[in-house]
Amino acid sequence: MTVSLTIENLSAHYGQTQVLKDLSISVAAGELVSLLGSSGCGKTTTLRIVAGFLQPTSGHVRLGDRDLTRLPAHARDIGLVFQNYALFPHLSVQDNVAFGLKQRGIAAADRAKRATAMLERVGLSNLADRLPSALSGGQKQRVALARALVIEPPLLMFDEPLSNLDAKLRVDMRVEIRQLQKANGTTSLYVTHDQEEAFSISDRVAIMNAGRIMQLDTPEVLYQKPANAFVARFVGFENLIPMKVVARDGAVVTAEAAGGARLHLSQDLFGPIKDDFVLATRPDGLVVRKDGEGVPATLGTRTYLGRAYQYKCGTAAGEITANGALSEPFEPGDKAVLVPMPEQCCILDPET
Amino acid sequence: MAARIHPLLGAFAILVFLFLLAPLVIIVGASLSDTTYLTFPPQGLTLHWFANIFEISAFRNTAITSFQVAILGTALSLLIGIPAAYALNRYRVGLPKWLGTLFVLPILVPEIVFGFSLLKSITIGLGLPIYPSLIIGHALLVLPYSVRVVGASLASFDFSVEEAAISLGCPPWKTFMTVVLPNIRAGVIAAFILAFITSINDVSISVFLTGPGISTLPIQILAHMEQFFDPTIASVSVLLMLVTVGVMAIVEATLGLTFLTK
Repeated sequence: MTVSLTIENLSAHYGQTQVLKDLSISVAAGELVSLLGSSGCGKTTTLRIVAGFLQPTSGHVRLGDRDLTRLPAHARDIGLVFQNYALFPHLSVQDNVAFGLKQRGIAAADRAKRATAMLERVGLSNLADRLPSALSGGQKQRVALARALVIEPPLLMFDEPLSNLDAKLRVDMRVEIRQLQKANGTTSLYVTHDQEEAFSISDRVAIMNAGRIMQLDTPEVLYQKPANAFVARFVGFENLIPMKVVARDGAVVTAEAAGGARLHLSQDLFGPIKDDFVLATRPDGLVVRKDGEGVPATLGTRTYLGRAYQYKCGTAAGEITANGALSEPFEPGDKAVLVPMPEQCCILDPET
Repeated sequence: MAARIHPLLGAFAILVFLFLLAPLVIIVGASLSDTTYLTFPPQGLTLHWFANIFEISAFRNTAITSFQVAILGTALSLLIGIPAAYALNRYRVGLPKWLGTLFVLPILVPEIVFGFSLLKSITIGLGLPIYPSLIIGHALLVLPYSVRVVGASLASFDFSVEEAAISLGCPPWKTFMTVVLPNIRAGVIAAFILAFITSINDVSISVFLTGPGISTLPIQILAHMEQFFDPTIASVSVLLMLVTVGVMAIVEATLGLTFLTK
């Protein structure tokens, strides 16, 4: 029983402040979509609206062909995993997992059997009689996961489930969550502020800012082809250089940056280039060289990265971070040219 | 290694304890005195005054009233106090700050003023009979304990646990009863005990609300003292004290006294 989740034109307010602005997402049956963004971007608000803990000002939430928007939270049949585990402190691990089954009126014997089987799947059957207070963070989150999965919900939601765990456990747990989610084929919505976590666990990721989705795509596309300046910065394109096209010759355009530096860019590689655009690169995509076609710069602080040196560079277009080869070290104050590597660059619309 | 205590500090602590315990020792002593007036140290020893309590029907009747009022008043205060404390904690962000203070007013207002205003509003204003007036008055008197002590329990309760239960299909009301309540049990018991003890020992509210035929034990003690001034008062006081100590002993044995103070 896999269904899709459709969020349509959702708006939400806290008092006078609008926290969600006409937000739409659809999560295909069996797909895991992450909402990624810094705190206050609206990702948790979205999750809480889908869960039924908050009412949207307008818009709809549909699960399959059921409209959930006006349904009370306890009637929505959604498995939730919380950041702080939210286990019932007064119930044993076994009873925590069986809680949802009990609400569904399932007989005690069947309940025990299914809870035990689920605890086995998350590797905790030996702790069934413990109270939550006697468990480690990782064990608690496994119990929470088992508790959400055992009711076989059509939708699973995760609210920063790994934020309270240490780094090593976080990596193990996200693999485990992904395996369970895939094995069950449960449609899932996953909220996190951790880019690596979102990219590693999701089929698609929605990068959010100020109550809007900036881009919803596969991790690969987001990482390589950000659609706008916000997403580009978010995924590590630190250098955004505004440019103007000064000449066009077939597929090749000549563009000029502030200070007069000129670059030749091929529309065969980048697609159509508008007259005003922004060239976005990661530090890796700009190589510090003695000469070449690029942006003239005065080098500043040098940092050793292991695979390369990284320089803070002063240019007519502002401060830029670029990398240089280990074999050709520069000193602070040297004049150099920052040469863009076209395959590692993105062409974006100017920020409005 | 035991921490060293300065001899002066030790001596001071002993003095404080003596100061606290002295009145109790005097009362116990006076209750055993073989005289017809209150005196300390006791002259001769007798249990006659304890027996005398049970011969005076007013003591028996007022004791029953006191227990009934304390139990019903405390229960009523919890019935109002638990939902109030829940709302104050659950919706803390959206509620004005003074709302919490409102529930502590019965402690802040001088008791004599509070008692008089209850007389004016409940007994005279609403024209209620003495018995229900007493229960309502005591419920209001101990409401701060219900709200604050249960509130302290709720403050450390993680409300996402409640949301977890709801998401698993448990309706809100059932979630409150089966998930929230069991987790604030200690606070509810502590609130009950503090409220009960406050109610059963109360004079200043009861003095306004009691009337012909119906009185509470502390008021009866006052009345008896005005008339007789014999050691019976001391022996009743000892019994009242023992009730309080008894309740505390039960708490200590079952839950530990520390939770009353935390």
